[in-house]
Amino acid sequence: MLDATTAPPLLKIDALEAWYGESHVLHGVGIEVRQGEVVTLLGRNGAGKTTTLRSIMGLVGRRTGSIAYEGREMIGLRSDLIARAGIGYCPEERGIFASLDVTENLMLPPVVRAGGLDLPTIYALFPNLKERARSPGTKLSGGEQQMLAIARILRTGARLLLLDEPTEGLAPVIVQQIGAMIREIKQRGFTVLLVEQNFRFAQTVADRHYVMEHGRVVDMVPNSDMASNVERLHEYLGV
Amino acid sequence: MVLGLVNGAFYALLSLGLAVIFGMLNVVNFSHGALFMMGAFVAWMLLNWLGIGYWWALLLSPLIVGTFGVLLERLMISRLYKLGHLYGMLLTFGLGLIIEGVFRNEFGSSGLPYSPPPEFRALTVDFGFMILPGYRAWVVLASLIVCLATWVVIEKTRLGSYLRAATERAELVQAFGINVPRMITLTYGGGVALAAFAGVLAAPIYSVNPNMGSNFIITVFAVVVIGGMGSILGSVVTGFALGMIEGFARVVYPEASATVVFVIMAVVLLTRPAGLFGRA
Ligand SMILES: Nc1ncnc2c1ncn2[C@@H]1O[C@H](COP(=O)(O)OP(=O)(O)O)[C@@H](O)[C@H]1O
Ligand SMILES: [Mg+2]
Repeated sequence: MLDATTAPPLLKIDALEAWYGESHVLHGVGIEVRQGEVVTLLGRNGAGKTTTLRSIMGLVGRRTGSIAYEGREMIGLRSDLIARAGIGYCPEERGIFASLDVTENLMLPPVVRAGGLDLPTIYALFPNLKERARSPGTKLSGGEQQMLAIARILRTGARLLLLDEPTEGLAPVIVQQIGAMIREIKQRGFTVLLVEQNFRFAQTVADRHYVMEHGRVVDMVPNSDMASNVERLHEYLGV
Repeated sequence: MVLGLVNGAFYALLSLGLAVIFGMLNVVNFSHGALFMMGAFVAWMLLNWLGIGYWWALLLSPLIVGTFGVLLERLMISRLYKLGHLYGMLLTFGLGLIIEGVFRNEFGSSGLPYSPPPEFRALTVDFGFMILPGYRAWVVLASLIVCLATWVVIEKTRLGSYLRAATERAELVQAFGINVPRMITLTYGGGVALAAFAGVLAAPIYSVNPNMGSNFIITVFAVVVIGGMGSILGSVVTGFALGMIEGFARVVYPEASATVVFVIMAVVLLTRPAGLFGRA
């Protein structure tokens, strides 16, 4: 059996550069996520966290460098093929479809591999989604929409989940629920790359934290060292 | 009135195809009338060149013209998405003119006869309040069935949920692992097949001629605007309703029958710019 620290990372990003039209947004981002880890990307607004996730999904017009998933290079692939390689994406704006009801939203992403959660398990984790099955997706509360956006990528068999600020704008009690849910899916063997601005929340769910500034990764802090690095993180995040 | 209902059946099928295409491609398919005409011509060619009759043509012509549509989308229209909708519309407009020109060159513009299938010759359908010649009743029925089937596919199936979602945010649907470009191609082919189906239905009623599409399509664009761009239900309901209103006008005040649709369009645009069934 491979030791977790010497096994090749599930996701390895190297020298990633990305552009929106003429504007150069990522400048050589490097990140590694190992199988079973929850890793966060912390950083202020505009640091390039969302762009990093969008680059992984192939949703940014121009990008260079290397994005290897399970050792396979993804940088030139079309986004549907990247998803089919086993990566699930939950965008910052959640992306719930208004013309689809809750069940249709939940069933939208096709199963890309065996091993995803089945519907009874998902409904057990997210009971509200069952009660509201026939409501239009966008009639749910913000918290329920976030749950739906995460639930729908648990079904597909994707092993790596990219979650972009799932706690943004939600009430503290909902944030706690989302924290519990992330710990639960980690238990079930999912690997998570989580974008956050709230490092107190990040601390409760993650193994390691990358800090981004101006399109670069400027620091990496293991969760066990968070306490002794609070000052530095305050500075990075401007809180 | 009766003629109105039959015209309505064509408006509904044609505007439905336009709505489906517009929803996915964001392109108003200005070659729709030409492809409708092509559907009728393919039925004529199948009969006169290969001896294949009406019922097979009803199936084969949409398949053939739909495949032609798939090629148009793949080879030409898809290259213009990056440039914006306007280019796509100009291209489909040009393609429509070319297709009509080719058929006018080959077949002249006087029109070719295509007789209704013998099953309908002696048949009339009595609704109590009106009597419809058998073939015309069939046209209305066939149009209703196909419109309903299209609606069911879009609103009730897995494929339909992909289509609706991609209409909202194609990029995200693709990031879930769905091959959106292929879906767009097939949608265009499907919308075109609906036009060709209407063309075959129309062949026995109007003579098969290169201008049959342009005669219809102006009204159909008005139907699409009134119903609400891209609304499936809107285009079907509005298609039938306007056909009937037009037919009614023809009886009570014939001078207005040609303009009534456009008057309604103007009123709708002024009061509900997104159309009767459109989402603003
Ligand atoms: N669609 C876009 N077009 C142009 N610039 C963009 C676009 N999206 C984001 N940016 C810019 O890219 C930078 C990084 O943005 P983003 O990745 O969204 O940051 P974060 O998620 O860390 O807040 C910002 O300066 C932002 O203004
Ligand atoms: Mg962001």
